[in-house]
Amino acid sequence: MTILSFDWAFIIEKLIMIAIIVFASLGIALYTTFGERKVAAILQDRPGPSRAGPFGLLQPLADGLKLITKEEIIPSHADKWLFILGPGLAMTASLLTCAVIPWGTAIHVFGRTVELQIADINIGILYVFAVVSMGVYGIMIGGWASNNKFSLLSALRAASQAISYELAMGLALIGLLMTTGSLSLKTIVEAQVAGNWWNVVYQPLGFLIFFICAMAECNRTPFDLPEAENELNFGYHQEYSSMKLGFYLFAEYINMIMSSAIMASMYFGGYDLPFFDESTVAPNIAAMIGVGTLLIKIVLFIFLFMWIRWTIPRFRYDQLMSLGWKTMIPLALFNMLLTGAIILAKL
Amino acid sequence: MSTLEILFYALSAFAIISAVMVLVSKNPIHSVLWLILVFFAISGHYILLNAQFLAIVNIIVYAGAIMVLFLFVIMLMNIKQENEFKKHLLVKFIGVLSGGSFLVLLVSLVKQTVQLQGQKVLLKEGNIGLIHPLGKALFTDYVVPFEISSVLFLSAMVGAVIIGKK
Repeated sequence: MTILSFDWAFIIEKLIMIAIIVFASLGIALYTTFGERKVAAILQDRPGPSRAGPFGLLQPLADGLKLITKEEIIPSHADKWLFILGPGLAMTASLLTCAVIPWGTAIHVFGRTVELQIADINIGILYVFAVVSMGVYGIMIGGWASNNKFSLLSALRAASQAISYELAMGLALIGLLMTTGSLSLKTIVEAQVAGNWWNVVYQPLGFLIFFICAMAECNRTPFDLPEAENELNFGYHQEYSSMKLGFYLFAEYINMIMSSAIMASMYFGGYDLPFFDESTVAPNIAAMIGVGTLLIKIVLFIFLFMWIRWTIPRFRYDQLMSLGWKTMIPLALFNMLLTGAIILAKL
Repeated sequence: MSTLEILFYALSAFAIISAVMVLVSKNPIHSVLWLILVFFAISGHYILLNAQFLAIVNIIVYAGAIMVLFLFVIMLMNIKQENEFKKHLLVKFIGVLSGGSFLVLLVSLVKQTVQLQGQKVLLKEGNIGLIHPLGKALFTDYVVPFEISSVLFLSAMVGAVIIGKK
């Protein structure tokens, strides 16, 4: 049998890692919903969820249980298969991003060297872009299949917003790619670990643009126009109930985690703990410290997302579009030109 | 059969079935979604050819951007199969005839090309689809066609902006 002559240990190793990362992302997303409510409560000077368990820590489990046990309703005029496909696509697209994020340096178990990254592909960042551009289909298909005018309007808004901000995001990245010379996230992080400064020092404007665009891609306030309640009732998931609605809400939190991880890896050194020499401790412990560092950076970014959400009011739709096309894209082009000029001058 | 060949045939079957579904779907939204699957299958073929950059750009540009715009337009126009434009039988007949003769032409061309006879597809070989060789080729050997096509894109963009402003 030549067909099955794989390196089976390699496949099992990767499957275990995929399972760990997917379940960890889901777990973190679960508690991000809790964090969101607590942060909102603190910013609005109220206690927030506090009844279920100590400090309300069991609240996300109660929420999940509630969503699963609710009645599922599929509208009678909905396109049934696409209605079911929508939330699944949204969830899949947001989880797929985790494949290229380097979570830490390699660890050694059972005599094998295990890279803490599912796939180090040479087009890592472009892969992230492809997955992000797939994410909008979940919203569009769900909004259209619901056969509701508000859902459809919201889906169209989401699509045009995603396309507009993807452009500026890509242009902001070109500056970074010019300085790093690689598309692989692993190489970018390793260059930052070896070098003196994180990439944010070389690309402050690029990072700012990327951060704003990431916020817009995640549909977070002030860019949550697709679910503007006062204009569109509830947005593209208006007709959804039970866990299908839960999947849409959850996908947003996973998107937030993944974009935080991408920003931490590209601009803030990834798993690099500053002022600490990893070679002084055992490799496995160094890898664990790296994973912890990356997680702390992700949590800080998520907090920043929430802070902004509960501070700044929502944009109007024309403001959103003119910010994207008339401010972000020219700024990103300027950043690209500036980076190119500096690189040329240094040669 | 090696694993690569199995993947090749599976992807080809996937691409052809999805392409047929694009044609036979009554609902234009379903057609667009099947077309996205065709692009995914083609990207899979690019990866088998070791052209990862082309594969991912195919997904970003075609599946990610152009198909979103297709969906956008179809959703906005709200095309339903009930009020679909009824075509005359003669028009249908002419369409089948011209499409069929084009298919015969393509098949006969592929069969007659000497370079393709008895050849198998190159799997996991060549590196022109990777980003470094492709960039080098574009900016050295093919720099004039590359710049001319960028001017073409620029003029199309200016034209679109002017039409949009009217």
